[in-house]
Amino acid sequence: MQLLQNAGQKQTQTKEQVRRIINEYMGRKLLLDKAHIEGIRYYDTYRKNGGYEAAGKVFKTMSPDLVVEEVKKSGLRGRGGAGFPTGMKWSFLAKPEGVPRYLVCNADESEPGTFKDRYLMEFLPHLLIEGLLIASYALGSHSTYIYIRGEYAWIPDILEEAIAEAKQNGWLGKNIQGTGFDLEIYVQRGAGAYICGEETALIESLEGKRGNPRIKPPFPAVKGLWQCPTVVNNVETLAAVVPIINIGGEEYAKIGIGKSTGTKLISACGNIKKPGVYEIDMTISVEEFIYSDEYCGGIPKGKRLKACIPGGSSVPILPANLLLKTAKGETRMMTYESLNDGGFATGSMMGSGGFVVLDEDQCVVRNTYTLARFYHHESCGQCSPCREGTGWMKRVLHNIEYGKGKMSDIDLLWDIQRKIEGNTICPLGDAAAWPVAAAIRHFRDEFEWHVKNPNAAQQRNFGIAHYADPLPVAAAAV
Amino acid sequence: MAEEKKLFKVKIDNISVEVEPGTTILNAARQIGGDIVPPAMCYYSKLQGSGGKCRTCLVKVTKGSEADPRPMPKLVASCRTTVMDGMEVANITSPEVQDARKGVVEFLLLNHPLDCPICDQAGECHLQDLGYEHGADGTRYEFKRRTFEQVDIGDNIKLHMTRCILCYRCVYTADQLTNNRVHGVLNRGEASEIGTYIQKALTSEFIGNVIDVCPVGALTDRTFRFKNRVWFLKPVDAHRNCDKCCGKTVLWMRGDEIFRVTARKDKYGEVEDFICDTCRFDTKEASAWTIEGPRKIDRHSVISQGHYVGTVKPKDTLVEVMDGRQPRLLMDIHSVSQVNRPEIDLSKIDGPAHSDDFNNAKR
Ligand SMILES: Cc1cc2nc3c(=O)[nH]c(=O)nc-3n(C[C@H](O)[C@H](O)[C@H](O)COP(=O)(O)O)c2cc1C
Ligand code: SF4
Ligand code: SF4
Ligand code: FES
Repeated sequence: MQLLQNAGQKQTQTKEQVRRIINEYMGRKLLLDKAHIEGIRYYDTYRKNGGYEAAGKVFKTMSPDLVVEEVKKSGLRGRGGAGFPTGMKWSFLAKPEGVPRYLVCNADESEPGTFKDRYLMEFLPHLLIEGLLIASYALGSHSTYIYIRGEYAWIPDILEEAIAEAKQNGWLGKNIQGTGFDLEIYVQRGAGAYICGEETALIESLEGKRGNPRIKPPFPAVKGLWQCPTVVNNVETLAAVVPIINIGGEEYAKIGIGKSTGTKLISACGNIKKPGVYEIDMTISVEEFIYSDEYCGGIPKGKRLKACIPGGSSVPILPANLLLKTAKGETRMMTYESLNDGGFATGSMMGSGGFVVLDEDQCVVRNTYTLARFYHHESCGQCSPCREGTGWMKRVLHNIEYGKGKMSDIDLLWDIQRKIEGNTICPLGDAAAWPVAAAIRHFRDEFEWHVKNPNAAQQRNFGIAHYADPLPVAAAAV
Repeated sequence: MAEEKKLFKVKIDNISVEVEPGTTILNAARQIGGDIVPPAMCYYSKLQGSGGKCRTCLVKVTKGSEADPRPMPKLVASCRTTVMDGMEVANITSPEVQDARKGVVEFLLLNHPLDCPICDQAGECHLQDLGYEHGADGTRYEFKRRTFEQVDIGDNIKLHMTRCILCYRCVYTADQLTNNRVHGVLNRGEASEIGTYIQKALTSEFIGNVIDVCPVGALTDRTFRFKNRVWFLKPVDAHRNCDKCCGKTVLWMRGDEIFRVTARKDKYGEVEDFICDTCRFDTKEASAWTIEGPRKIDRHSVISQGHYVGTVKPKDTLVEVMDGRQPRLLMDIHSVSQVNRPEIDLSKIDGPAHSDDFNNAKR
């Protein structure tokens, strides 16, 4: 949560400054390429700059199935966290006769460290609406919902304004552009629960119920919103459909390495010189991303890199040596596969793209405790391992962090996380377990240090530095 | 000619059974019966949508189906996973499952007050059985347990939230049996509680059934509270003509006196037919009932009166167990469990132990 507050502070920058940053420092851009244009938030400017051309092209020349094919060809993977191929997800959607289908846009973005969707919606609402329009056409949804987290209090207004504009110009409503296709987009505000980002909890919440994840199967593709077939996609996933149609799926697939195609928004924060949202084509190394001036700009005050959470708070934390190079000694790239290289033993995950950097002064135990507090607070309380286990982990971590821990507590923590992981209804249980597991796996002596030096642990708010990046800063800069 | 329905072949702990498509693993196991049936704390066959929450029924699917023999990557909740043809499942034969279940039991007991000595459910509590059969000897939890105030929800029902395991059975019962549910789950995570948003009485002809479906002592019968221990009572099947329900009940008697009335439960502790509140709370004269005969309680519980099968009695004598201590009192009763304070030597306390002996003692 703290990280998100930091992100909130960035708002005090003027919009011009933010646009300049986006404009100046981007490499290859497909989503944010027009973000710097003054007034791009409004329909006229967006349209003048090539907006709604993809939608026009789809309506004129493509059948819904062809759109799905194109997205399949692009190799686009879900940007919400799991990285499931979007085209495949769309083709799984059940299509029984006489039953409506729904598309739901997941804008609940509550993962600590992740704030990329917010930028998209704030600066390019029409890009999202165009993406929703194309996706709804492809899937046959006539009512499409944007479920947005309650804390983004000002964004629904931006979206609703954009929806009204799109409607005035004949891109929403009945008989869109004379094609006979009808679509309404509704914005639904959440009430501030992380768990409502989980797709089935989101659907429950959208139906006006308590946001408890459903027990799967049935999957939303068969029985989702109001028991009808439903696709839930992340904001960035849906926005990426627009450039895919514009440049063609095959062209899109050429960007990136292997199965990590296209561009990805990374929200970088923590101990870096330039926190913010960056669009990367997935061809750069982690080292370049952290140290190059084009992106994070390195670590401030000449400090050394200690660790990094590369994909939002749920993914395993990696120490500097494993972050920059895989266990096999290869350079770690900013791709789905490379970040996952070595599994959880020596790798991590792309996740939702929340890139949190910790310098040598940061305490991993404290960081883990902060995350454990978050998951404890956000558990929905349906299933026993997560409901009880998250609180237990939090309390044990609190003891260790505040100098009241025992050596046996470390093994206890390991055992608790092991008994939560994989045994819960929804992945929040796993998400709570992974950070704890990774912290103990890679930073065990830091935990032991806290136990052995209770007084020091209470007094200083940073851990031990010997995990820090062995490279001198100058040599590391690319 | 009636078309023959294709049955699915399933193997659970190497025992084969044929079941209809759409059957869950748990129900397939129940068709086999015996030790291989996974314990279920939240699933209730009579309540639609129940199950999947407590995770005690986790099993390992070692072979997905004939068509796709891959094992499932995670343990699955057997109460909510349907079988496939050729599926192979490991329950008691899988150490992984046993270990995970032990973990779940520990989680369920983490914040449980362990106040069995003063709990009306003791003796017929599923959590006691579960802890006995699958749990570890002690707890590793060293923190203050979560507590709630007790509330009366209506004249007949007591809610003791501290004991609740959030199985949601009572919520489904109220939803599906009564036409106006006024209670549900409030708050989230560890702070979740069963409750009525604005303190409200539960009034409905069938709401008393929540007492029967509750696997623990979180919902108890106020007309029976503290009147007697269930194992001192004699359960008899009885019926009466009732215009609201089936009228088939179990009377819990001592001599001629009826202490409480419940629905009849099968061997998995599930109600056979739900009964109305008039039968349950307001019909306690023996003359109103036709008694059919003694009720056999199938569930392996204290009520089956010393016939607990497979018990292991400690070989040591009491003196050895007590390790030289000579307490004046063997059992001390508290509203909040103090079992985590082994450093307090009961034999050093003058007179009967009192809560102050624990609360004021230095950590
Ligand atoms: C606890 C939890 C929280 C989640 N929060 C979000 C979220 O805030 N935004 C999001 O897009 N996906 C979130 N997800 C992932 C969604 O369940 C789902 O996978 C995603 O919306 C699918 O979209 P995609 O295929 O476009 O990635 C969350 C998942 C879990 C388990
Ligand atoms: S894992 Fe946690 S958040 Fe998910 S359903 Fe279970 S209790 Fe709720
Ligand atoms: S009160 Fe009883 S039935 Fe209701 S959720 Fe709690 S344990 Fe289950
Ligand atoms: S009985 Fe299956 S999860 Fe509770």
